[in-house]
Amino acid sequence: MSQSPALALRWRLAWHLGNGRLTLYCGLAIVLGWCLLALCAPWIAPFDPLAQDADLRLAAPSLAHPFGTDNFGRDILSRVIWGARIDLQMALIGVIFPFLLGTCIGAVSGYVGGLLDNVCMRLVDIVLAFPFLVLMLAIMAILGPGLGSFYIAMALVGWVSYARLIRSQILVLKQGDFALAARSLGFSHRRVLFGHLLPNALFGSVVFCMSDAVLVLLNGAAVSYLGLGVQPPTPEWGTMVAEGQSFITSAWWICTFPGLAVVTLAMGFSLLADGVAELLGDRT
Amino acid sequence: MSPALLQVRELSVIARAGQRDITLVDRLSFDLGEGEILGLVGESGSGKTLACRALMRLLPSPNLRLEGQAVRLASNDLLRLDEAGMRRMRGRELGMIFQNPSSHLDPLMRIGAQIAEGIRLHQGASRREARAEAIEVLRQVGIPDPKTRVDSYPHEFSGGMRQRAMIAVALGCNPKVLIADEPTTALDVTVQAQILRLLLELRDRRGLSMILISHDLGVVAQTCDSIAVMYAGRLCEHGAKQALLSQPRHPYSAGLLACHPAARRHTGLMNTIAGQPPLLDALPAGCRFEPRCLQATPDCRAQLPELRVIGPGHRLACHTPLLAGGLS
Repeated sequence: MSQSPALALRWRLAWHLGNGRLTLYCGLAIVLGWCLLALCAPWIAPFDPLAQDADLRLAAPSLAHPFGTDNFGRDILSRVIWGARIDLQMALIGVIFPFLLGTCIGAVSGYVGGLLDNVCMRLVDIVLAFPFLVLMLAIMAILGPGLGSFYIAMALVGWVSYARLIRSQILVLKQGDFALAARSLGFSHRRVLFGHLLPNALFGSVVFCMSDAVLVLLNGAAVSYLGLGVQPPTPEWGTMVAEGQSFITSAWWICTFPGLAVVTLAMGFSLLADGVAELLGDRT
Repeated sequence: MSPALLQVRELSVIARAGQRDITLVDRLSFDLGEGEILGLVGESGSGKTLACRALMRLLPSPNLRLEGQAVRLASNDLLRLDEAGMRRMRGRELGMIFQNPSSHLDPLMRIGAQIAEGIRLHQGASRREARAEAIEVLRQVGIPDPKTRVDSYPHEFSGGMRQRAMIAVALGCNPKVLIADEPTTALDVTVQAQILRLLLELRDRRGLSMILISHDLGVVAQTCDSIAVMYAGRLCEHGAKQALLSQPRHPYSAGLLACHPAARRHTGLMNTIAGQPPLLDALPAGCRFEPRCLQATPDCRAQLPELRVIGPGHRLACHTPLLAGGLS
């Protein structure tokens, strides 16, 4: 116990890294890095993301514009940094709503069972019968383009995976011993389900929602690319790729940098998901 | 014995299998006095656990249903209560502890929080009061250093400590009757003795009544005041411990006792009861033990013996009981 706290901390950190937490920390670093960039966008971004400069149209990457400029002469670097705000927001909200909706439906459906369970699971089957993107596009086409309808479409389509995951866990847990023990203490069904079973059922979904963030991010970018999501001139990575594609042979940088941004953030979420899975796996 | 605290009258558990009903627990009746420990013994599948889950009205499957005259506890009839009323009885009047403490504690909740949750629900205590009470209960069940242990998770406890913690969770609600479903089976022998001593101590200190389910006659002999022997869903003999252990009247009770290793110290061979319990969906018309019984007469095959009183506090269901005054 003669070590100073700082040294002890360093030892612990090294120990963690040596024990396969590398994935977790890399993922965390990438995602937090993007979050930081997004938060500090007004101070970090060298230019206004919307400011057009007719003299600088399609300028190749240079010292002044490290990522080059697009066909309106807007600075790509600034637009990528500002775009992180929108894309992170899409990933976050696009995961939270399906997560909440699916968790509630899955938990109640699994716990109550019987007819309700049957109805819920057939509903899941119906949603799953459609290709994911097609159903989303259909819903967004009805609701009209924009971020709001993206979130609604995401929630309506994305809850099914969470519902299935949680339901299967609850089905096992509700037969389990501590559910009986909790009931024998006179706890109500609601208390048993939400107070005791659900927290124990969440592990799988928490890991899944990290990797789901990747899918949501790619979906958001895809929908924006198709013109149904974020509307120009708002900087968003998918929209930027869409705008740049007509110049792909002459100005490769317009598509490449937002594309790389999507890739790195998605990779960050993936690593984070793997890391969290390892961490939770350690515990059990 | 003081007047009965818990009165069970003709409690049956019936399973619906296709078009037929199968009776798993058949018209169980007994009284439990204040501070009495009743040992419920019988081999696996004799309906001990099911009977106790029926008392709590927590049957393991929706295919099962309860029938009976009454289960009276604290001026309530548990069979007539609605679900909300029954919830108030569980925990507060009737507590339950289980065989496997590792799986009956919520792994994600601190021990103290699990104890406190019941206290807050049943006694309306504040968070702070409930925590103080939880520490007190942990001290009572013999957890060392309860002030720090109250914040431990179940996985940080050893098996014996977990069993104590589970008893503490049940005791936190301050029940009058504690149903202990094989509370020592998963523990090693020394810890087993400690837990049994703890249960006896709690009885003495709190006047707790207990139903102790066990198939270990040694455990029952150490702790119980009275013993009820179940066979194939029916009570076959119920009486004070001394009487039943020294002079069992039912051939099955006698057989169980003879199977105890201590009974055959000299020969080195274990006694057994030949044959197997009957399948509950193909019960014999007469006595359920008749196919395995050495005393069986044609009467036994024809007619199911009903439980009748044969002495003070001693009941028996047998046409050809063993003679009082000696093992045959």
